[in-house]
Amino acid sequence: MSNRLALAAGTAVALALLAGPAAAQKVQLEFWHGLPQPLGGQLEQVVQGFNASQDKIQVNPTFKGSYPEAMQGAIAAFRAGNAPHIVQMFEVGTATMMAAGPAIKPVYQLLQETGSTLDPKSYLSAVAGYYTTPDGKLVSMPFNSSTTILFYNKDAFQKAGLDPNAPPKTWPELIEATKKLKASGSSCPFTTSWPTWAQFEQFSSIHNVPFATQENGFKGLNAELKINSPLHVKHLQTLIDMQKDGLFKYAGRDNAPDALFPSGECAMQMASSGLRLRITKEAKFAWGAAMLPYWPDVKDAPKNSIIGGASFWVMTSPKRTADEYKAVAEFLKYLGQPEVDAKWHMDTGYLPITAKGYEAAKAAGFYDKNPGADVPYLQMARSEVTENTKGLRLGGLPEIRNIIQEEMEKAFQGQQSAQQALDTAVQRGNTVLRNFERANKG
Amino acid sequence: MQRRVVFENKWLPYLLLAPQVAITLVFFHWPAAQAIEQSMLLQDAFGLRQTFVWFENFEVVLSDPNYLGTMRVTAVFSLAVTVLSMVLALLFAVLANAHIRGRSAYKTLLIWPYAVAPAVAAVLWLFIFNPEIGVLGRALNNIGLRWDYRLNDAQALFMVVAASAWKQVSYNFIFFLAGLQAIPRSLLEAAAIDGAGPVRRFRTVTFPLLSPTTFFLLVVNVVYAFFETFGVIHALTKGGPGKATETLIYRVYLDGVINNDMGSSSAQSVLLMLVVVALTAIQFRFIERKVHYA
Amino acid sequence: MTARRLIDWVPHAVLILGVLIFAFPIYMTLIGSTWDAATIARGNLPLTPGDQMAHNYVTAWTESRGSRAVFTPVRTMMLNSVIMALTIAVGKIVISILSAFAIAFFRFPGRMLFFWMIFITLMLPVEVRIIPTYKVVADLGLIDSYAGLTIPLIASATATLLFRQFFLTIPDELVEAAKMDGAGPMRFFVDVLLPLSRTNIAALFVILFIYGWNQYLWPLLITTSREMQTVVVGIVAMIGTGESATDWNLIMATTMLAMLPPVAVVVLMQRWFVKGLVDSEK
Repeated sequence: MSNRLALAAGTAVALALLAGPAAAQKVQLEFWHGLPQPLGGQLEQVVQGFNASQDKIQVNPTFKGSYPEAMQGAIAAFRAGNAPHIVQMFEVGTATMMAAGPAIKPVYQLLQETGSTLDPKSYLSAVAGYYTTPDGKLVSMPFNSSTTILFYNKDAFQKAGLDPNAPPKTWPELIEATKKLKASGSSCPFTTSWPTWAQFEQFSSIHNVPFATQENGFKGLNAELKINSPLHVKHLQTLIDMQKDGLFKYAGRDNAPDALFPSGECAMQMASSGLRLRITKEAKFAWGAAMLPYWPDVKDAPKNSIIGGASFWVMTSPKRTADEYKAVAEFLKYLGQPEVDAKWHMDTGYLPITAKGYEAAKAAGFYDKNPGADVPYLQMARSEVTENTKGLRLGGLPEIRNIIQEEMEKAFQGQQSAQQALDTAVQRGNTVLRNFERANKG
Repeated sequence: MQRRVVFENKWLPYLLLAPQVAITLVFFHWPAAQAIEQSMLLQDAFGLRQTFVWFENFEVVLSDPNYLGTMRVTAVFSLAVTVLSMVLALLFAVLANAHIRGRSAYKTLLIWPYAVAPAVAAVLWLFIFNPEIGVLGRALNNIGLRWDYRLNDAQALFMVVAASAWKQVSYNFIFFLAGLQAIPRSLLEAAAIDGAGPVRRFRTVTFPLLSPTTFFLLVVNVVYAFFETFGVIHALTKGGPGKATETLIYRVYLDGVINNDMGSSSAQSVLLMLVVVALTAIQFRFIERKVHYA
Repeated sequence: MTARRLIDWVPHAVLILGVLIFAFPIYMTLIGSTWDAATIARGNLPLTPGDQMAHNYVTAWTESRGSRAVFTPVRTMMLNSVIMALTIAVGKIVISILSAFAIAFFRFPGRMLFFWMIFITLMLPVEVRIIPTYKVVADLGLIDSYAGLTIPLIASATATLLFRQFFLTIPDELVEAAKMDGAGPMRFFVDVLLPLSRTNIAALFVILFIYGWNQYLWPLLITTSREMQTVVVGIVAMIGTGESATDWNLIMATTMLAMLPPVAVVVLMQRWFVKGLVDSEK
């Protein structure tokens, strides 16, 4: 056990050195997040802002790897009895966390217990809707919300004889553009980050078709996937054909392809709007942002896209004190301030999540100075929310995302047709949903 | 089986055994028992609710076509790693054992990769074969071969096999060399006098005498390929593309850690323990000596 | 005569080719650690050294921030790896030699039971029982501690069997002489057995140090804070997901540093290394 003691002593010394002499009296909060650089640094700045704004609470942010890794880490830590106070959890983990019962403390309950107030209605409905119970109570604290948009290289467009100020609006237009880009020498006209999120989750919302039954799972745990519809199959087939012709590049799972647009290798990329910060820092060419393209022959298209990104969850632990919960509530209230929201939005490319935050950014002249920065917001707000466009609430969605990616990878190699890929994905995904339903009932 | 002359002491032997027995009990026997228990439970991610489901997890795993696919991948992968690393090692050992100059220098230059961690070996190979930044990866693409192991089953398998075997050659080399040096020269000379050429001598004298070593290495290499290559796969392909490089141990990790399906993961662990027990039984033939004689 | 000479040269040619193929990945790693991140990211890495070597190694060793990623400084990770490897190697040797001593030199009730309890774990690698072992360590509150990192890997049937095997070859006369001199068992252990076991201990130490240093899955699961990361896990974590935009120069410098201790141990202690490997497995 002396190792543990030594470690504890070492950690204490390290913390004391970091935080200065006042650290001993402050309430220490552990905060785990899943944002890589440069976003992680921005987030840690927000936290420093909070730490500097008062002298009673010290929030210690720790980067825990990618979103899925941060989620696994938090679950493992809970099982081990030492969950962090706050964990940043990506939106697809929402259903898993909501079913977690005593492992989490819902935000509305935390606020109630600590006598704090926070109006859920101050948030955009598309954002808050993702993180509230059916009766409108906030379960987790919305923070970095993004949506998928299309980034395009204006220099490459120019070179290919395309109008750099007229990005493709529909899939047929996008395909045309990729052909011209290829003809002008581009080795990667188009790629996608987050293959499942962008090409299936957002795709379903924009075209107003269900991703799963039961209103995409909002109405119950007994949802089933619907992504083998003719429209989905046609879409995947299009991507497969484009890949064969060298017009599209499948470059890996989740956000692994993120580097390809900023480096200039790919001329167009669908990615999280949160990629903007990195593009701003790394890209050495003129670029623009556009809304996601749609298939014009689909009657209801285009509808609003759904959010992604993450929210903050308050976790429980046998060791928690009332003072700590109070401190957590203080931190969450700080994050909900319009100025914090607006600054985060302007610094990163994430959406403003409060109407006041959007107005603050507008008043600061942000959108005039940064044309295209309001694309994600406008795309989110472009239509009334329907049961197909309010988001997803499916248990085990991280696993389902991987299943879809695996089946796509087989299809892109020609091992199976688009139809087979999506039929298998639906069947395997449904198994995950049934297991989740069984493990979480009662 | 035991020494003739021993010390007499009532409590000292127990005291001496205590640390090892305690650690073995706590970190081997208890987890193994827990694996068996968990393999029959259905649990949510947070471990808050559980139902006893008998052998359902086993049924589900064994009837999952993807699990069978993973078994196939594991078999192909293990066979490739074992054969590749053993054949190369044998070749080098035979050459290095021939009475040529610089033998010990070659030996030193060939055994150091043993010290490289499998995960680090994977990083070395990744750095060379990455399609965007790797020297060879780019070269392959430049000569018109579409090299991208992230979207090509065969290329992905090649990568994990190459990185895993690269490291293991050293290990096999050491054993083959030791085996070769134990072969009496008189036997080989006798064969030479009979007019057998080098190839024939190898086939009729050397190889048969090496067979215990070969057999031993076969089992050890299979165990290596089954379990210790986790780091290679995790660093290089994460089991993809599709499930092309997903081995059984990677699937245990995937279900237990990534997908939080403890029941299924534990059931798979139990199945793997059975595999290890079987391999141990095979190996026992050789360890027997150690246990019963001397 | 030329044909004869050719035959003489074939073994050398094949061996040199083998040595070169084996060394090539290391060479490229070394080259990668002497250039800047941008050169590597563009895919233009030359085959000759660049001029960023000092900068890369110093940055990797001391800083926690590259131009693109945040990671644990290599000195912290190396320290963790050293602690882990040493604790496992020394711990295994100590508990194994003690238990082998008990089993070989005493007759007592339950001897065979204990022997089989240890022996049955001979080939069960930690990876197989990884999740339940993790749970046990979590239940004991040892997650993210050096104790959790090392103790579960310390039990080793291999080392116990090796020592037992060696002890059985010690002539009875030695034991009898000791008894005649009135030496107790512990005295015999310290004065006679330990000195005789020196080479075995050295050989085992080399093998076990490398075993401990190269662990991957266990530290990956058991360490949750960056300060506890070991260097092998840290390198893979530095690669992350966005592959072409990572700080490859720093990763390559870290990789070189991470390989140095175990490779040095193998090369410098080659004789013991080979002995340890062959003896402990056969």
